Amino acid sequence: MTLKIAVCVKYVPDATGDRGFADDLTTDREAVDGLLSELDEYAVEQALRISEESDDAEVTVVTVGPDDAKDALRKALSMGADKAVHVNDEDIHGSDVIATSAILAKALEKTGFDLVVCGMASTDGTMGVLPALLAERLNVPQVTLLSELSVEGELVKGRRDGDSATELLEAPLPAVVSVTDQSGEARYPSFKGIMAAKKKPVEELDLDDLDIDADEVGLAGSWTLVDAVAARPARTQGTIVTDEGDGGKQLAAFLATQKFI
Amino acid sequence: MGKDFDLYRPSEEHDMLRESVRALAEAKIAPFAAAVDEEGRFPQEALDALVANDLHAVHVPEAYGGAGADALATVIVIEEVARVCGSSSLIPAVNKLGSLPVILSGSEELKAKYLGPLAKGDAMFSYALSEPDAGSDAAGMKTRAVRDGDFWILNGVKRWITNAGESEYYTVMAVTDPEKRSKGISAFVVEKSDEGVSFGAPEKKLGIKGSPTREVYFDNVRIPADRMIGAEGTGFATAMKTLDHTRVTIAAQAIGIAQGALDYAKGYVKERKQFGKPIADFQGVQFMLADMAMKLEAARQLTYAAAAKSERVDGDLTFFGAAAKCFASDVAMEVTIDAVQLLGGYGYTRDYPVERMMRDAKITQIYEGTNQVQRIVMARNLP
Repeated sequence: MTLKIAVCVKYVPDATGDRGFADDLTTDREAVDGLLSELDEYAVEQALRISEESDDAEVTVVTVGPDDAKDALRKALSMGADKAVHVNDEDIHGSDVIATSAILAKALEKTGFDLVVCGMASTDGTMGVLPALLAERLNVPQVTLLSELSVEGELVKGRRDGDSATELLEAPLPAVVSVTDQSGEARYPSFKGIMAAKKKPVEELDLDDLDIDADEVGLAGSWTLVDAVAARPARTQGTIVTDEGDGGKQLAAFLATQKFI
Repeated sequence: MGKDFDLYRPSEEHDMLRESVRALAEAKIAPFAAAVDEEGRFPQEALDALVANDLHAVHVPEAYGGAGADALATVIVIEEVARVCGSSSLIPAVNKLGSLPVILSGSEELKAKYLGPLAKGDAMFSYALSEPDAGSDAAGMKTRAVRDGDFWILNGVKRWITNAGESEYYTVMAVTDPEKRSKGISAFVVEKSDEGVSFGAPEKKLGIKGSPTREVYFDNVRIPADRMIGAEGTGFATAMKTLDHTRVTIAAQAIGIAQGALDYAKGYVKERKQFGKPIADFQGVQFMLADMAMKLEAARQLTYAAAAKSERVDGDLTFFGAAAKCFASDVAMEVTIDAVQLLGGYGYTRDYPVERMMRDAKITQIYEGTNQVQRIVMARNLP
């Protein structure tokens, strides 16, 4: 039996660019180049490693995004994924994480999966809740924020490093997992990989293909609505504590007024 | 007008390759470039990173286990590595230079035997043509190969051999018939482990200090006759044909080094403030940057055109290879000198990378034929 691994990836504005919002307060995709979210590269890497360890596995990368999101899929395919699914529909524009998870869940059900691998968060929205939402919608176990991941038989196993403890977790397949940036460096696409990516299948799906009504998703179907955005205020000069024997007290008082202690 | 007009631009795959190599080079090669230069040590980190990502010898055809990259893709790999570290860019560049004689003229057996380990990253390949008294006049070489039954016995000295001692394999040109001058020269594959092969002390150089340059000595080196590349007496022709292709890779190195210097200077002039504003606001500085970018882009276009000709083996490749190498290396020298100038006193210190780039650029005007020799080649092959 082929182990079917699906990796959810997101096309995001380059975090090193000058990111902003469009007139409708959604992400401005015109001003800044987009790319595969760096945190999702770790998910692709882990999926590829499991696939390489397995006798028979197939890695499908799945994204929900505009036309240019094919660049993110292309990158994942050039890293070594076998095929891609691109859910693209004008009515998806403005979907929040709740709506996106609904679309992804339908796409994953249609594609089929034994294991869904996600990054720990996107580098633009940085919510980090999508894996949990997906698991709930797909009605499968979730094992999130893993720094190590493996598939052994019918089990997915992983290690979650917390602040005070490390947990060793496992769940029966099918399951949804997310991996952190500590899980292992993502590979760089090789020339062969890049050339091969061109020939790999990319399935295009729209909302009709997934039996989703337009008003369930997009700006209309989202639970969150952005009312206004404001640029972060410029950093002001810090407070300088002059130590005249009571420096420690002054410092503590300052931290207390800022509610740090 | 339309965005899908595909002339005069690399393909999407070539752009993706650049993106991939740039990310790798910045993360895995750039952090060691200063130390490699300072300590004059081989850039092992770069070799490891290039091998791990199958970028150390992308030109090797797929039939022999390689990535099968075309000449433009190979140029892009070399260019992007050179952008952060000139010494490291000699890994993919010299792997192509050393092995191209085998690819162009070698028997199937030689190709199968030597290209596989090169493609896998188990061995590097160097090129041994120059000698102490035979540089520009390479045909005046003295290294001799004498037939002995099913073997050839080599004696002589090769000088200025890049990656000597690090490479497992060497393409060596040697005289097999002294009467015939250039038509009496044959090419051989010599292995580092062949008895009688030894290496001189590393040269103390101005630049590319991380890439070992040493003499290679052949003291009664006895190699099987099937190590000859092509027929007897064709070695010099193979050597020259090789250079037609690989001069394009030197041009790639030159534009990479120049791009690294320009990128650094561009960032610096926006940060550096004098008279109350960034020096980038001064027209004198802007004009310098404009000239640097203009020359560099012209060099890049010529190099890419030459790379395409190398891949197609066009009739005018000899002119284009020489022109690209000569022009790009002269531009690299000018651009890196100007980058040092833009950084002023800081540019003159080893705390900033542009002086290293300036020193590294100089060699591109000298090796694989000095730029004076390139002009001779161009003049003899005018389009």
